Amino acid sequence: MSNNEQTLRFCSSAIMMRIKTPKNGRVRRELEKRAPKLVETGKKTLILQGTKTSGTLNGVLSEIYHLKKGGAVRFTRKNDNIRPFESGGEASLEFFSLKTDCSLFVYGSHSKKRPNNLVIGRMYDHHVYDLVEVGVENFKSIESFNYDKKMAPRVGSKPFIAFVGEGFENVDELKHLKEVLLDLLRGEVVENINLAGVDRAYVCTAISLNKVYLTHCALRLKKSGTVVPRMELVEVGPSMDLVVRRHRLPNEGLRKEAMRTAKDQPKKKIKNVSSDAIEGTIGKIYIPDQKVGDVALPNKAKGVKRERREAKKKEANERASKKQREESE
Amino acid sequence: MAKRYIVNDGKLFKRGLSGIRLRRLSGDEAMEVMHQSHAGTLAEHQGGLWVCKKLICLLAASRGKVKMEMETQKPFQVDVGNLLAFNPFHNFSSLPTSRDELVKECLEEGTKLIQAVADSLFNLPSTEDVDGPLVKLPPPTTKLPREKHLPKPKPPTKWEEFAKKKGIKKRKKDKVVWDEQTGTWKRRFGYDRVNDDKDIPIIEAKMTDEPGEDPFAKRQDDKKKRVEKQEKNRLQNLKQAAKLGALPSHVQLAATALPITGTQAPPKKVTKDELGNVAGMAATSTASGGKFDRKLPGEKPAKKQGKHRKFLPVIEGSGIGSREKEQTENVLNKLISKHSHGILNVGKAVTMYNVKKEKKARNRKNQEGKSSSTSNKLKPKKQLHKKAAKKGPESSKKRKAK
Repeated sequence: MSNNEQTLRFCSSAIMMRIKTPKNGRVRRELEKRAPKLVETGKKTLILQGTKTSGTLNGVLSEIYHLKKGGAVRFTRKNDNIRPFESGGEASLEFFSLKTDCSLFVYGSHSKKRPNNLVIGRMYDHHVYDLVEVGVENFKSIESFNYDKKMAPRVGSKPFIAFVGEGFENVDELKHLKEVLLDLLRGEVVENINLAGVDRAYVCTAISLNKVYLTHCALRLKKSGTVVPRMELVEVGPSMDLVVRRHRLPNEGLRKEAMRTAKDQPKKKIKNVSSDAIEGTIGKIYIPDQKVGDVALPNKAKGVKRERREAKKKEANERASKKQREESE
Repeated sequence: MAKRYIVNDGKLFKRGLSGIRLRRLSGDEAMEVMHQSHAGTLAEHQGGLWVCKKLICLLAASRGKVKMEMETQKPFQVDVGNLLAFNPFHNFSSLPTSRDELVKECLEEGTKLIQAVADSLFNLPSTEDVDGPLVKLPPPTTKLPREKHLPKPKPPTKWEEFAKKKGIKKRKKDKVVWDEQTGTWKRRFGYDRVNDDKDIPIIEAKMTDEPGEDPFAKRQDDKKKRVEKQEKNRLQNLKQAAKLGALPSHVQLAATALPITGTQAPPKKVTKDELGNVAGMAATSTASGGKFDRKLPGEKPAKKQGKHRKFLPVIEGSGIGSREKEQTENVLNKLISKHSHGILNVGKAVTMYNVKKEKKARNRKNQEGKSSSTSNKLKPKKQLHKKAAKKGPESSKKRKAK
């Protein structure tokens, strides 16, 4: 018996492994883009649907896709094996998230018990982190709004987000929904922003204990006396009522791990700068050797002028002497 | 008279004697101001202008207080990094009746919040750019969960640990090295490199060399071994990193073979024919013999499709109908037949039985006293051959007869 155990132990460490590295520079760059980073920007969203969807739900999903055009992936086939709230029904979702590198997903389905159902979820390390299930009511699509087309917000601009209502503070489910909506609508985290390019805003109001009114508006900046322009909201985009149905908060341990941030980044070393206790910051400048002889003088120095004059005189003399010689000959 | 009055931003100003514009107070405001000043909030009565200034300050403060009473909930939670504003104090005491009113109220509240964000945003220091003013946003204050785990630092490799222990430092090597033989600068590695093995024309023999050994081949083998060792070490380092979860993003470790369990023999490679047979058997093992199974694209039909059993028709008649009768007749004849020469040779069966009996008796005799005759040896052999020649049903018959 012990002999068998020994052989097993030996065999388990003798698994033949092969190192796989990409042969292509393009593939290598793609893999590096997907690697975990210290500071994260921009989560991609996966939009898909279940076995049955209604007309309104189709509209909702396609409009969400339009709003997040740069960072979203839309699947149009039906997926009958995805059940986010059941323990075994998340495997397909996690596989898709791994393949498309999306950490947010919006899953739409329609049934008699849960009409116009949207499940918005987040992933941590391509495993389901938390879920919120909402029902969509009173959906108005982009086409049904009349507005001046020139004011329409451009794709990919960073939006203003406003949450109104004490429900978002007091009710657990609405608090969770607020966090998830912020993650969904936020877009990329940027350092610099062009003030001329702010043109959209999302307004979410808590109407009742479980209902939220979400609308997308274009911004109009009007002149006011100060530097700050006066904001005017014009409803352009989809507006809908979200009724919170179910939600699943993340495990405490997982939540703590996901909220961990990198401690302040090691400062990038700036070259040729050092700091001294007495003198403060010292910088070194390296100057290449000057080639004094080759430099063209900027203004006509007196010496140069004289030389020219003398050279001219000499020439004139020579010419004169030549002529004399010719004449004499 | 009229020139003494100026309208500025909807408020009426009167140019006072000392040249400063005095604001016209409304009746209520005047009453309030006078009341406050005479209540003793003012330090002492001063000249007219000074009094006016103080009064205005008071008024502004009182108005401010009133404002605060109306909007004690003024502080919105503003996160400029995310362009987010949150008003946690608003509530719909009574839901507006129509949808339009609800929408209007929501938009109003939203506008206030966004104005608050814009206030802080546009007051940030901006740099001018081609497209417009660029502003550096502060980092967002609302914490949101990460999407992937924090990258773990790569553990030091075995060589790095050794170098640290011994104090060996990395030295930067040049890409080109001076080659004395040709008198040029050659690459350190790659095409046309400095110390290439194939460039060596002569290797001098040493005393320690074994005769009959090719030194050039030996050099090549040594190099191969070194390369293999290096690959093994690299794999070990990567495995160690993978154990800690710090594998570099572009590297994947793939298992080439399943772990060997139980017997030490590696899994046998199956031939194409064997696989085909097994696949065919599996395909036809359904209730309908694999006839209605959906085929994968490019899959060829199974060799033996459909069921192999043949059931004869139930209805009797001439031709096919009488087949079943024939079948059963044959079987019965075989089993219960008086003249069954072809099946059972009774005489032979009897002799076999007798021989076996004699053998048993002889064995008993031998046990008592050893006596073995050569004739006995020969006989059983003959019988064995005969036995082997007999067919299956006969031997079973014999058993039955016994």
